[in-house]
Amino acid sequence: MTLRSDLNIIQSWVSPESQVLDLGCGQGDLLSFLKQHKKCKSYGLEINPDSIVSCVEKGLNVIEHDLNDGLQHFKNGSVDTVIMTQALQAVDRPDLLLEDMLRVGKEAIITFPNFGYWRTRLFLMLKGKMPMSKTLPFNWYDTPNIHMCTFQDFEKLCREKGLHILDRTVVNKDHQESLAIRTWPNLLGEIAIYRVSR
Amino acid sequence: MPQSNSANSVGVITPQIAQFDEPLTLVSGKTLASYELIYESYGELNADKSNAVLICHALSGHHHAAGFHEGDKRPGWWDACIGPGKVIDTNKFFVLSVNNLGGCHGSTGPTTTNPETGQPYGSDFPMVRVRDWVESQARLADRLGIEKFAAVIGGSLGGMQALRWSIQYPERLHYSVVIASAPKLSAQNIAFNEVARNAIMKDPEFHDGHYMVKNAIPKTGLMTARMLAHLTYLSDDAMGEKFGRDMKGDEVGYNYKPEFQVESYLHYQGEKFSTTFDANTYLLMTKALDYFDPAQYYQHDLAKCLDEATCKFLVVSFTTDWRFSPERSEEIVDALIEADKDVTYARIESEKGHDAFLIPIPRYINVFGAYMNRVVKDLKL
Repeated sequence: MTLRSDLNIIQSWVSPESQVLDLGCGQGDLLSFLKQHKKCKSYGLEINPDSIVSCVEKGLNVIEHDLNDGLQHFKNGSVDTVIMTQALQAVDRPDLLLEDMLRVGKEAIITFPNFGYWRTRLFLMLKGKMPMSKTLPFNWYDTPNIHMCTFQDFEKLCREKGLHILDRTVVNKDHQESLAIRTWPNLLGEIAIYRVSR
Repeated sequence: MPQSNSANSVGVITPQIAQFDEPLTLVSGKTLASYELIYESYGELNADKSNAVLICHALSGHHHAAGFHEGDKRPGWWDACIGPGKVIDTNKFFVLSVNNLGGCHGSTGPTTTNPETGQPYGSDFPMVRVRDWVESQARLADRLGIEKFAAVIGGSLGGMQALRWSIQYPERLHYSVVIASAPKLSAQNIAFNEVARNAIMKDPEFHDGHYMVKNAIPKTGLMTARMLAHLTYLSDDAMGEKFGRDMKGDEVGYNYKPEFQVESYLHYQGEKFSTTFDANTYLLMTKALDYFDPAQYYQHDLAKCLDEATCKFLVVSFTTDWRFSPERSEEIVDALIEADKDVTYARIESEKGHDAFLIPIPRYINVFGAYMNRVVKDLKL
């Protein structure tokens, strides 16, 4: 099984035989990979009925749960890694969820789209309209992405909460890295993958 | 006849009776010297007896879960889910469905003759608890040579049995499916049961539970009990949709006869129930519900209690179920997660209230079906 390249970066950060919690686990591709290749014990939280069925078919532990209700199913420090891909910007309170992730897990791996990407900045500056693109295809009024931020914003939040950024990989929309992106991530990077801890 | 033209029905079913002469000591301390269990089975038990699924019934349920009894027009209570190609696929599974001890559909219970007196047990029938049911079901499994169930499945009180199985005989089941259930009753649940019991016991025809000897039936009490219970199975929305404020006639009658359709419906349900169900069994079943609290033996720590389990779990709840709300199912899910158990949980959007677990709601069927396919795949059935 080949993984989407961002998921491949994430799986490389997960220790074998560790406990993993995936917030918004979708059809369970990442968890399935971690189960097969790293023998991880995992739970996935998901809200989409079809995705839940896909997870059941893959033999995964999937719990129907709205992330906006927090992670009360899980006790403090009960898992090693809490993963959330492309959902931070869509929850009611990203700051509270981030705290909850690090209450439950020793580490958190988070990916989200960068609102500071140069095309996004240019779109707003030249067109005077809320940016839309392949990674952000929604109108301002129907977008699930209600809390867009830039990498700098996210890192500021981490600093304010006293969280440590252990790893950061910034990529373009095809999840590729480059020297230019590494040099000016907040301008040239489209998606960031962060590994943080308390 | 419906059974002949329905390709996905298990067809005409004849119940069987198993007689047990080894005494069964109940949790209450009382002993049943001998007893009978009536059961049905659907599908074929495979050579290594690894494809058996046990269906546990709810308060007013019984062993007739699928197919048709000779001459009947209506199928068993869970025919929507049990049959060839259905969620609990009888082409794959050998499905066993038992009437619980203390029931009134053929297993030994209050209507059975007490060998010591030659009269029906009535209220002398000892109280049974969920643990006793699991014990008696395990004995039936022994009798049939089933060492380990592929799955034990139940809704409501049946879900409690499926949960109890997982800790009482952890080595005897691979999967436990707990639908629209709870780890114990709330004060409100117990209160509803007490109102129902009070209605039955205060009926002048109750005669301290020995109404059969007097050729009487506490019909009014049983009817009231059922009317009350029945409305706790429905949601406000479901009742609104089904009846609204529809009336039987065109104008109000300024009397106390049932005028609204919902009143007629409840009277009909109560009436029907009171002629087919035994009042003592009703009392006994509600008590078994009230007493159910497996965590009490583990310092009221449900996670510690469920730590005994080795099977995998599917837990399902329904959004408008207010008898055993999704939050009650989530107590089970939380404890299973805390105990590091394999668990899948689905919270099904439905306006049908508690009764939703009996209804083939597409989303429910999809996730339940996917889970049962996983059981088939996992156990190579």
